Amino acid sequence: MKFEVRSAKFEVQRVLIGLTVAVSLATAGVMAQQGPDRSKIPEPGAPPALKLPPIQKRTLANGLPVWIVEMHEVPVVNLTMVVKAGAAADPNGKYGLASFTAAMLDEGAGSKSALELADAVEFLGAGLSTGSSFDSSSIRLQAPVSRLDDALPLMADVLMRPAFSQAEVDRLRKERLTSLVQTKDNPSALASAAYARLVFGPRHRYGTPAMGNQASNTEMTPADLREFYTSYYQPQNAHLIVVGDVTAATLLPKLEKTFGSWKNGTMPAKPVVATATQHGPRQIYLVDKPGAAQSQIRIGWVGVARSTADYYALDVLNTVLGGSFTSRLNSNLREEHGYAYGASSQFDMRLSAGPFVAAAGVQSDKTVESLKEFFKELDGIKQPIPADELKRAKNYEALGFPAGFEATADMAGNLIQLVVYGLPETFFTEYVPKIQGTTAAEVLKAAAQYIQTDKFAVVVVVGDLAKIEKPIRDANLGPVRVVTADEILK
Amino acid sequence: MAAGLALCLATTPSAQQQTARQITVPYQMFTLANGLTVILHEDHSVPVVSINVWYHAGSANEKVGRTGFAHLFEHLMFEGSKNVKEGLFDSVLEAAGGGNNASTANDRTNYYIDVPSNALDLALFLESDRMGYLLDVVSEQMVNGQRDVVKNERRQSVENAPYGMADPKIYELMYPKNHPYHWPVIGYMEDLTAASAEDVREFFRKYYAPQNASLVVAGDINTADVRKKIEHWFSDVKPGKPVDPIEVPPVALPGVVKETLTDAVQLPRLYLAWVTPALYAPGDAELDVAASVLAGGKNSRLYKRLVYDMQAAQNVVAYQSSNGLGSMFRIEVTARPSSDAPGASLQKLKAVVDEELSKLRMTPPDAREVQRVLNQTEASFFNRMERVGGFGGKADQLNGYWVNAGNPDWFAEDLGRYMTLQPTDIQAAVIRWLVPDRRIELMVLPKESK
Repeated sequence: MKFEVRSAKFEVQRVLIGLTVAVSLATAGVMAQQGPDRSKIPEPGAPPALKLPPIQKRTLANGLPVWIVEMHEVPVVNLTMVVKAGAAADPNGKYGLASFTAAMLDEGAGSKSALELADAVEFLGAGLSTGSSFDSSSIRLQAPVSRLDDALPLMADVLMRPAFSQAEVDRLRKERLTSLVQTKDNPSALASAAYARLVFGPRHRYGTPAMGNQASNTEMTPADLREFYTSYYQPQNAHLIVVGDVTAATLLPKLEKTFGSWKNGTMPAKPVVATATQHGPRQIYLVDKPGAAQSQIRIGWVGVARSTADYYALDVLNTVLGGSFTSRLNSNLREEHGYAYGASSQFDMRLSAGPFVAAAGVQSDKTVESLKEFFKELDGIKQPIPADELKRAKNYEALGFPAGFEATADMAGNLIQLVVYGLPETFFTEYVPKIQGTTAAEVLKAAAQYIQTDKFAVVVVVGDLAKIEKPIRDANLGPVRVVTADEILK
Repeated sequence: MAAGLALCLATTPSAQQQTARQITVPYQMFTLANGLTVILHEDHSVPVVSINVWYHAGSANEKVGRTGFAHLFEHLMFEGSKNVKEGLFDSVLEAAGGGNNASTANDRTNYYIDVPSNALDLALFLESDRMGYLLDVVSEQMVNGQRDVVKNERRQSVENAPYGMADPKIYELMYPKNHPYHWPVIGYMEDLTAASAEDVREFFRKYYAPQNASLVVAGDINTADVRKKIEHWFSDVKPGKPVDPIEVPPVALPGVVKETLTDAVQLPRLYLAWVTPALYAPGDAELDVAASVLAGGKNSRLYKRLVYDMQAAQNVVAYQSSNGLGSMFRIEVTARPSSDAPGASLQKLKAVVDEELSKLRMTPPDAREVQRVLNQTEASFFNRMERVGGFGGKADQLNGYWVNAGNPDWFAEDLGRYMTLQPTDIQAAVIRWLVPDRRIELMVLPKESK
């Protein structure tokens, strides 16, 4: 619904500070005889167990692993072909190649043009999408089960027979270049791009968006795309995930027939993204956005890889700091001070160490005050966390876990994480006890190691420098450098 | 409503009708003595329950000088109530592994709490306490706190968002000053500044009484048990007075209304908007389909010409934005960088849009073109069955159909509005509603870059 205003929970919301501890006992006798006892907040009973359907693991004759999870509630099916190569495999100077390759897969394939393919998919009431992240690429088909037999060959065309025609590459190139130009319009997108560049630098892959930049997208040829495709789109580097109203027994022969002719070739060694160098003392960067009503703030440094041994401690730590509505950052910047619609933090865990970032859009005239509050909370998290706050964070993560398996796309998303990050299936059953078993000491240790505000190399503020530059310099929060959007997006 | 069609089922007409009959969400409904309508639906796929409340009031119920108030009020609903001290609403829900949110629209405000099924009593307690006892704790300080948050929400979604000023402008141009859709849901800054605790009390008494609300509890529940729990928690909420229907002046554009804005953007964008039939009124579904024929997917008429063939536009969207007191149909085209001046490039794009609209007026769309849209519409109804909670889950949909159609399980009827349409119906709606000489034409041009 286009015009409604909402307070999206994870970025935003309400609550107030209120340091007074109101006694909530004064209700008895107020209501009629039948009224409920509101003097005590109802305590939830024992949490329900999550009963997950089994992952049925199969392999096609060409070696392609297939995982099938049956969910029969709605007559739909979700198939995701995960290809274990993404932007991290982009060669130097060709940043954006994985992204461009994935985007081209459905722009003409098999005997069908881009338009014919789109028409065929839509006519089935299906959805077929392609995409890539730093760590993987994927082709996703969502279809009514009654149309699956007609939709599978279309998915196979896109996977196995993409055309990469010059005309379509040139057309899509213009779209991508225009979209990159539009990054400048969106202060939040610009701040995130600037932050990545300033944390990781121009030579580390994470310092440039997965989509690449103007120069790299301008130069890419159909031959480049085809080379990336041939190198990495192979059964030995892929994994098919199927979730929905199907049975393994009837589906498997169809998958064999559809994808069985997909052959392995030689595969080059996949480039591994090196762990980025951590930064030295704090540096503040400003990007001008004349007339901006808010300043976009990003604070942090290099975080951790998904393989970190501190995964659960960091999950709990971040929930307390900026990963939930009642987190300290949101409570402070939104509820206590009203400087922002919402404030949050995140460890973006990838195959290599991704960024840790604390973020908010704050009203321009409170930029310095907001920066100070950010540092107050980032420093404060290194003190022992009160037991009830820690318990709330653990419960929020652990007890909320089952809700993340409801729809076919949710289930598929969870399975994709296992595949891309090489996690054991037991991750699903271990998650709740491991979160609940995380100790205060472990969280404290993680905070000391991963949140060091004196070293946070990067504080990025995108805002109206005419208003905010002098106050920020005067606040002596660290050395200040002004950078241009063009410099960042180069 | 819902130009954002997702995906679908294809078939012969008879098979479609059969499928349409299959789309049903079983429910039980009853009304408490205080007037609260309750709808229950069981779905045990995951151990989660959703508590979904619609209050039948939105920005259309605001008074002059207090625009944005329904939404500001929504924020206050999370700040505590008589037996839930400030901050506790969210913290006890998080401690139970639950989530919550709300949204305000022109005609209604909806709230949801999603919790693991063991926390059902907690959620019902919180929901009933704020329905019954919000005013016990409302203070100026509470209003002040959320006023600042909401102003930042406005800055984020309007002032600081690319093209963010276009939307409020279109509503101002389309609706007369005394029409409640004239002002934006988020409100004007000066009106947000003016809002007081007394306004909160007045709005609550007028619009937040149980007979002006409906409660859906859906998910991993036992219907008989949950009914008792609801009677327990909500029976002491006092009834209020009936709400008078809103009287609205007629809406009619005098001709082509032209306006130009400048913004800190790289690319110029053209907005066209027409006055169209209200949600579920005759013509509403036809215009949803027309929107997809025009701009849904690569083969749609405007996308194919402007974006795919000419490559003169970065994107084009078309949608019927439906509301209870009237709707608007929108087409938005963003120009690619070109050697033309921004205004001139938009004129060229507009000429192509008009050519395509004119073709649709002269000749009905192809049968396959319409069938492709209907197949996607049908599939979208199935995809919408996958989630119980949150915005747009089954609980929210049951409430929406109850409020807007008078029947919670209106899924098949709603789908039927589309599946019976013929190409000539789409043509007729385009002729009747998307007229060339009465519409809004808004251009957003880039400010001089420095």
